[in-house]
Amino acid sequence: MATFDHPFLPNSGAPIRKMMLEAIGAASIDELYSDIPTEVRTNRPLKVDWLPSEQEVKSHVERMLAENKSAADMPVFLGAGIYNHYLPAAVKAILARTEFQTSYTPYQAEISQGLLQSLFEFQSMIADLTQMDAVNSSLYDGSTALGEAARMACRATGRKKILVPQSLHPAKFSVLKNYAEPAGIGLETFTYDKETGGLNSGDLQSKVDRDTAAVYCEVPSFFGILDPEVVNVPSICHLKGALSIVGFDPVSLGGLKPPGEYGSDIVIAEGQSISTEMNFGGPALGIIGCRGENLIRQLPGRLIGMTTTLDGKERAFSMVLQTREQHIRREKATSNICTNEALFAIGAAAYLSLLGPQGLRKLFESILVKTNYAIKTLSEIPGVLAPRFIGPHYQEFVVFFKGARGALARLNKSLLSHGVHGGKSLVKDFPELGESALFCVTEVHSTEAIDKLRLLTEKLLGS
Amino acid sequence: MFHQAKWDEPLIIERSASGKRGHNPARPSDIEWKITGSDPWNNVPKALLRNGLPPLPEVSEPEVVRHYTRLSQENFAVDLGIYPLGSCTMKYNPKVSEAIAQNPKLEKIHPEQDELTVQGILALLHRLDEFLAEITGMSRMSLQPVAGAAGEYLGALIMRAYHKSKGELEHRREMIVPDSAHGTNPASAAMAGFNVVVVPSNSEGMVDLDALRKVAGPRTAGLMITNPNTLGIFEKNVLQIAESVHDAGGLLYYDGANFNAILGKVRPGDMGFDIVHLNLHKTFATPHGGGGPGAGPVGVRKDLERFLPVPLVGFDGKKYFFDYDIPHSVGKITAFHGNIGVLVRAYAYILSLGPEGLKAVAETAVLNTNYVLAKVLERGKFELPFSRRRKHEFVLSAKKINEQTGVRALDIGKRMLDWGLHSPTVYFPQIVEEAMMVEAPETESLRDLDELVEAFVRAGREAETDPERLRSAPHHTSVGRIDEVKASHPKTLTLRWNNPKLSG
Repeated sequence: MATFDHPFLPNSGAPIRKMMLEAIGAASIDELYSDIPTEVRTNRPLKVDWLPSEQEVKSHVERMLAENKSAADMPVFLGAGIYNHYLPAAVKAILARTEFQTSYTPYQAEISQGLLQSLFEFQSMIADLTQMDAVNSSLYDGSTALGEAARMACRATGRKKILVPQSLHPAKFSVLKNYAEPAGIGLETFTYDKETGGLNSGDLQSKVDRDTAAVYCEVPSFFGILDPEVVNVPSICHLKGALSIVGFDPVSLGGLKPPGEYGSDIVIAEGQSISTEMNFGGPALGIIGCRGENLIRQLPGRLIGMTTTLDGKERAFSMVLQTREQHIRREKATSNICTNEALFAIGAAAYLSLLGPQGLRKLFESILVKTNYAIKTLSEIPGVLAPRFIGPHYQEFVVFFKGARGALARLNKSLLSHGVHGGKSLVKDFPELGESALFCVTEVHSTEAIDKLRLLTEKLLGS
Repeated sequence: MFHQAKWDEPLIIERSASGKRGHNPARPSDIEWKITGSDPWNNVPKALLRNGLPPLPEVSEPEVVRHYTRLSQENFAVDLGIYPLGSCTMKYNPKVSEAIAQNPKLEKIHPEQDELTVQGILALLHRLDEFLAEITGMSRMSLQPVAGAAGEYLGALIMRAYHKSKGELEHRREMIVPDSAHGTNPASAAMAGFNVVVVPSNSEGMVDLDALRKVAGPRTAGLMITNPNTLGIFEKNVLQIAESVHDAGGLLYYDGANFNAILGKVRPGDMGFDIVHLNLHKTFATPHGGGGPGAGPVGVRKDLERFLPVPLVGFDGKKYFFDYDIPHSVGKITAFHGNIGVLVRAYAYILSLGPEGLKAVAETAVLNTNYVLAKVLERGKFELPFSRRRKHEFVLSAKKINEQTGVRALDIGKRMLDWGLHSPTVYFPQIVEEAMMVEAPETESLRDLDELVEAFVRAGREAETDPERLRSAPHHTSVGRIDEVKASHPKTLTLRWNNPKLSG
């Protein structure tokens, strides 16, 4: 028996252990492990580091993290799914409540009403914003939400083909493929218009057929485009008996039409931007919602419902429709998901409550203005085409840099050495766009930061 | 006596009144407005323009904070008391890990930043990969899976890729799963396109080797198993199990849900497992967040490394980098690099305990659980099906109590809530009637354990003297027993506050 006393282990101390072993009727801890075959036992200490005091642990990790340069140290013009928004202090304070943070999944509803009600409020707010009948209490992230939506659409329609934009984030496409392929779901892409970057509706219409389970579109698109054609997609789908899946940006719904209003059947989103910091991409918040009872029965993950106590006297909340889920339905479940991102669903509920109708609309407007300012500013640089695509943008836009191959990589490197992190290079994933990068601007990017980007870019390209 | 807070807190929408606001977002500068020109809304296509304001509650900041703080008080948590939830390993979450994670150098880094600007986090992830590989006895980890079930799914995808590479995927369509397995195992296997074959437990509560040998064969893709199993019993025939699956050409998957029992004592790699996932939100003490976030890193043996998701974190002797050069990679299973915030906390946890500490964690968890088991059997009216030898958890049956008094495991669990404890896991595993699955993690004090024992004793006594008190429990929680049937009934199902009439 190890006599390792530790602050995390209340039953440290030989006398306590001796007493407990006596109660058990065992001579030693080893006796409790005696059924384990000797040949598989670990008979040496694990080769992992140990720091004996909390102070050392903390400063060790802090020293490691200090090697990072963050968006707090320099302007970072990256988006592509994870966004740097200002997270209100009140959201952080609510997330820090350890009654939420250190609680378990609310299977025991009576002792978990706080969590259940908060999650119900999250579901309600997202359902109202998107005009969906039901929203679940979270999935892992936006990419797995797309995978789940695709599988859901195939189960509901009995079809096996999903159409996605050619301009989908490659990482998202890879995740989708891993959700689709084992289920025998085929993925096809429809092209984007070379001028506007919006969807090529001719190409899309020619590909939607009686085998199509669903078409996926995003507003704004990966290229940051507000594409009006998207509102026509649901009717194109419905004509052929297919479903429409729309990916939305939560903040953008402050100014944009809810996908439910133009006929979308399933909506998904990455909710990191309204619930938590970037954290190098995770944890994030997968959002999924749908319309109609048939689709609700196909939803993956946990759903919270409002009900009453057994005596009918009090309002109460509990998990509902659990027969869809793995702990009951096992291999016939709608998904294997168990652990989700519940804490950040609470964060999102707090965020949306704080911003309210005016705040969300104003935030959308601010980002709209800043996006246009950044585009106009960058477009003044000789040799720079900003935006690469004609048409309205929100939060993100593609910039094309004239110049030989490698010009963008060199520029980004130089920008970095001057304390600015440029946009995401599209050179590898979208070679047809040449030396192009995807830039992102939110409310956290100051005028000074945008101007600095412009001045440095101009100087570095000219030199 | 325990009484949970009760605030009769309305829905946040019921606190809404026109004109209130809880946060003013930053506005663009004058120059930005000026350069953008005229009305920025002209830039939004009419077809996409929202009609009016988004429908959200209108509440002030103090109201929002008070609302969610009150709700938080109506919620049980590890920081309040013991969660004897079998297979969930709800241990205390050290505060140093939280303090470490609240760091702008972590929170404000973007996943697509240039590698040179994120050397700190890459070094940490690289080291964590090494730690977890050492702890599990595997060759290499993917830190990308964000939950246990996500790890299982990745494991199943790796099995697909492995059998495909050998040209055998066409006929290897079967995943063997014990009848005591967690629901996620069969669900993950089915999602990955496998047919689930259930292998029964024997009279000792372990995998029936003969039954396994009968089903293992040329159609076998693999076996998914926990060890100790969900009964808390160590599968002592694990080497024979591994042999029969390997002889059949299948792969062996270790579900890390019960790893807390054997941390530092036995390594899955040494038991013959090919693929392993760990639940960092269980064994490595990261907070469960009311259901998430978690993290489910997956480790593999050497020759399966070539199937791991991209990217891995590499080190060239000078700098850390994202390694995308994995030719047979299954691709990605989440958009970026995993639940980094959770991984950082787990890293701090490992450093805090070190090799001796990690082993002491497992030993103390097993000690605590066996202590509770011994005391409950000595004093209570519960039965323990199968053999006596348990690790970090055990499964009692309330069948006899039920037959004698009509009181069910569910009622006992609900009554325990009245005493400021969480209920054990009830009705799982399904192979035990009126199951109550109990786990007493290493972070519970003797006093807490004695209270838990007392709860079983008291519940057993009350079942005889006042069964109605149990059947109508709980009485001291924010609300009384909830009508979960009504909650899910199509006519009363309410999934949002503006409840629409559902259409087919």
